[in-house]
Amino acid sequence: MSNAVSALQGKSFEGYVTVTEMGLRGMLTLRGDFGSTVLTRAVNEITHCDLPAVNTCTTRHDRGVAWMSPDELLILCPHGEADGDVAKLADALRDEHFLVANVSDARAAFQVKGEGAREVIAKLAPVDMSPEAFAQGHFRRTRLAQTPAAFWMPDTDTVELICFRSVADYVFDLLKRAGTEGAEVNFYR
Amino acid sequence: MSTRLATGGRHLDRATSVSFDFNGRKLKGFKGDTLASALLSNDQMLVGRSFKYHRPRGIVAAGPEEPNALMNLGQNGHFEPNARATTTEIFDGLTAQSQNHWPSLDYDVGVVNSYASRFMPAGFYYKTFMYPAPAWKHVFEPFIRKAAGLGKAPKERDADTYEHFYAFVDVLVVGGGVAGLLAAERAGKAGAKVLLLEQSAHWGGRAPVDGAEIEGRPADAWVTDTVDALENMDNVTMRNRCMGAGVYDHGYALGYERLTDHLAPQAAPRHRLWRIRAKHIITATGAIERPLSFAGNDVPGVMLAGSVRDYVVNYGTSVGDRTVVVTNNDDAYRTALILKDAGLDVPCIIDARPHGGGALMEDAKAEGIRVETGKAIAKVKGGKRVEGVALCAQAGEGAILEEIPCDAVAMSGGWSPVVHLWSHCGGKLIWDDAQAHFRPDPAKAPTGADGQGFVSVVGIANGAMSTGDCLTDAVKGTNAALQGIGISPKRTAAPQATEEPENPMAAVWKMPQGASYKLRSKMFLDYQNDVKVSDVQLAAQEGFESVEHTKRYTTLGMATDQGKLSNINGLAILADSLNAKIPKVGTTTFRPPYHPISMGAIAGEASREIFQPIDKTPLHQWGEENGAYWEPVGHWRRAYCYQRDGESVEQAVNREVKATRESLGLLDASTLGKIIVKGPDAGKFLDMMYTNMMSNLKPGKCRYGLMCSENGFLSDDGVVARMDDDTWLCHTTTGGAARIHAHMEEWLQTEWWDWKVYTANLTEQYAQIAVVGPNARKVLEKLGGMDVSKDALGFMEWKEGKIGGFDARAFRISFSGELSYEIAVPASQGRAFWDALLAVGEEFNVTPYGTECLHILRAEKGFIMIGDETDGTVIPQDLGLHWALSKKKDDYLGKRAQQRDHMTDPNRWKLVGLETVDGSVLPDGAYAVADGTNENGQRETQGRVTSTYYSANLGKGIAMGLVLNGPDRMGEVITFPKVDGTEVQARICDPVFYDKDGEKQNV
Repeated sequence: MSNAVSALQGKSFEGYVTVTEMGLRGMLTLRGDFGSTVLTRAVNEITHCDLPAVNTCTTRHDRGVAWMSPDELLILCPHGEADGDVAKLADALRDEHFLVANVSDARAAFQVKGEGAREVIAKLAPVDMSPEAFAQGHFRRTRLAQTPAAFWMPDTDTVELICFRSVADYVFDLLKRAGTEGAEVNFYR
Repeated sequence: MSTRLATGGRHLDRATSVSFDFNGRKLKGFKGDTLASALLSNDQMLVGRSFKYHRPRGIVAAGPEEPNALMNLGQNGHFEPNARATTTEIFDGLTAQSQNHWPSLDYDVGVVNSYASRFMPAGFYYKTFMYPAPAWKHVFEPFIRKAAGLGKAPKERDADTYEHFYAFVDVLVVGGGVAGLLAAERAGKAGAKVLLLEQSAHWGGRAPVDGAEIEGRPADAWVTDTVDALENMDNVTMRNRCMGAGVYDHGYALGYERLTDHLAPQAAPRHRLWRIRAKHIITATGAIERPLSFAGNDVPGVMLAGSVRDYVVNYGTSVGDRTVVVTNNDDAYRTALILKDAGLDVPCIIDARPHGGGALMEDAKAEGIRVETGKAIAKVKGGKRVEGVALCAQAGEGAILEEIPCDAVAMSGGWSPVVHLWSHCGGKLIWDDAQAHFRPDPAKAPTGADGQGFVSVVGIANGAMSTGDCLTDAVKGTNAALQGIGISPKRTAAPQATEEPENPMAAVWKMPQGASYKLRSKMFLDYQNDVKVSDVQLAAQEGFESVEHTKRYTTLGMATDQGKLSNINGLAILADSLNAKIPKVGTTTFRPPYHPISMGAIAGEASREIFQPIDKTPLHQWGEENGAYWEPVGHWRRAYCYQRDGESVEQAVNREVKATRESLGLLDASTLGKIIVKGPDAGKFLDMMYTNMMSNLKPGKCRYGLMCSENGFLSDDGVVARMDDDTWLCHTTTGGAARIHAHMEEWLQTEWWDWKVYTANLTEQYAQIAVVGPNARKVLEKLGGMDVSKDALGFMEWKEGKIGGFDARAFRISFSGELSYEIAVPASQGRAFWDALLAVGEEFNVTPYGTECLHILRAEKGFIMIGDETDGTVIPQDLGLHWALSKKKDDYLGKRAQQRDHMTDPNRWKLVGLETVDGSVLPDGAYAVADGTNENGQRETQGRVTSTYYSANLGKGIAMGLVLNGPDRMGEVITFPKVDGTEVQARICDPVFYDKDGEKQNV
């Protein structure tokens, strides 16, 4: 609805990478048994994606599934369809032990774009961001400086990142500081 | 005098002159100079005063081991104390000031300490400042504090930025000398991902200075080719001006990169801390030359022999026209030869060995240099600079044979491998008698999780003393390291170096060996902390036999250089005094960092606006725009009150309190924790988590609940709503959301792993707004949508629907005693919903209120607050909350603990209300006194204030407190002393001050 706004309403910064707050995104937390075919089928039906392996995500168009823990998935969808998808999943899983919740508004999403995107993340997260170690399809739930975050790479020079909505300002300022001209590391080639 | 030579200086760009400021004087150097080489080129031999005796001190070394040339660098936000002149590259506009002198470097008053030095032996402070006890606080400590510290503390906020970088590699090579370069090249060629760090601005280390030849060519040429080759390898990253600072468990290492220290202030980060994970770490950290201990070895102009030639070769700088070389090994002859070659005079080489050196000695003699073997320096002549040396026999007691005039002394006591990084994580050392140094014991490497060593040392750091041995060792060490991590090395032989055979060195720990006390008390071991040979001997005499005790008693090696020059010499003297072998005495512990690193680098990005994350609710921006007076609650910022124009905080709070009770208040309650608990066993689980029953709550209903730790203490509270058959929503306190979620998950994952329960923390999904006051219902009805009438939504019920077009969940719960709804909307709609409430609430004088008003409203009703009434030692029974402790349940967390003797003790202080006799506000945390005193002579107490406020509604102070037998003493007056010495009387009363029957919330 028109009353709905994201944490930073599309704020952006241009340094040696471009940092943009991505506006509202649909996100669901799904907890359940990954071994259950009912769950696999339900997730596939909503997202048209297979269940991701550990530390990966599967995406298709504007939907996707990411591995959060041995019994937790993050489902990506359009913001306006999140509540509907919650209802669909709840219905499909009614005979299972599960938990599904709309967490779209608990989060903020950022895009870091440019050749330096990998190293900007590697200044803030204790993750091997080299192309050999972190490729498209990988997903990492970790921390960014002092706050929890998760990210993945839709293409070779773009990182998409989610954090809690309350720290959107902090995360934006972190990425801005790390991506300032003159702070290039040039570690990955 | 020290000066610039007409030619030479491989690091200099003589076409580019650089001007800088030293103690207010404008000086000139060349691009490529260090501050030390530039000062020497300007004949600035005196660079500082020593810490204890304020003795004049000059530059001793050319690298990070320098103990004396410490500077205050930069100005204002770029000021930094204790920077080493030898590792500081000059740039136009650099400002430096020498340290620890007053009024000036040349005329220092503190130098009287030097004349009193025989009254300030080791342990002086411990012995002197003992009695009388009060003198410590009022006389000694202020005096010592004033004297302590070499540099000044910065006065302004650091103007620079810093950052971290996480790097993951196969092989980390620390040290860019020939051994390190070769190690990196071999690892790179084998396909390993390599990171090579070098602390200085230049690759190649000592080899080019020492005239080494590799593969028949000067070392410089080999270094250039190898650096080129490495730069062309995609799998190798090279960083100079980046020191390997520390090695830690699991192949973790820190690199300290100085990005802009050699430039005028920049926008780019000043330092970058590399946080490295390496499968294997190779340290090629070289060696540090040891000083010799002779009387006056601290007079400016006495330098390490290797450093003297560094200055000539690298910076075209001569320390003096006439340099006497004093040594116990062949290497120092190279200094004599280089000086001679530069056209300078070497009056004498004093070799402590009876038979002198080998081929290098013959070369020196061929150059016409006088060589005196079996001799020593009895003492150095001169005060602020060297004027000459007195020659004596090394075997004797110091009878002067001859005085040799000179301007400088180049000393060499042998070379100690830099074993710091090897030792940081537990690598052990062996004593090498032939070289009189400790080197790594390859059999006892620091080990990783698999029990295998993860650090190797190569080159001179591993005790390979010649260039040829260094290269062979580097290839051998690297090949073994690569194999250890599953990478096959290429089998090619090590490059060959041209060698000159050397005679063995001889251990010389004092000069002459039979020196008198008078001479020994002028032989400095630790220049920075003024520790002399006589001090270590005294410590040994007084029973400080452990090297660690001696270190602390004498302060040997405790200065900012951490004993890089003094440790081995000091412990050799200690061993000698104890009549023990050196390896028996052992070394002190090597701890990271190798060399001081900036606090900024450690903090990384965490400064200014990103010092710490600040959690902001969806309504934060509105608060910023409307006078919010913020207070931190956990990581959140919550409005304490909203100040209007001209209002004080107190006035704002009182206005909010009255407006809410009289008409309508709004509270941003978004920070309250909201945890979903779902599953077939969720009810059973919540019955364990909470002290009261939650499993029998009906869907659509709410219940207030208490949570205790397994020790019985009250941990959190909040309202639980049952969403459907197997789903509950648990509200927690603001600070408790993450903690309680983790608490639940811990029990589920470790204890009740077979219970079918899932939890999710949805705290941030919702903006939650408390709509409070007699007009709360009216304002919601004006927004329209959901029926919020008494019948449709009773007290302690909740409902989902649309309110004013917003997706809303309305909870009819009250923490104020008023008619109250807490409305949760998706966070993205929070601000719009708040604005809508403000707009339709205008006619009811709608008043946003902050946390202080929230506290006062709840205190007027006698509601407890976690963190005020509880402090980790309080149980629900103390607070009269027996009604919330289920008797029907077999168990809940804390139940058993609450049955223990101490918990059932009738003398536990209990919650009561407190009203002052004069209507004033009790001081927070005040204690009520009782008769008599305890065993410590302190006044007995019988209670304390837990919450205290001014109630604008009641026009007086109200408080709650825990009081001995409180509930049985209603009406009794007790006394609270205040910090200003006066007392206040308060009457014990019911904690519910307002609307005792709860009629206002139940409408």
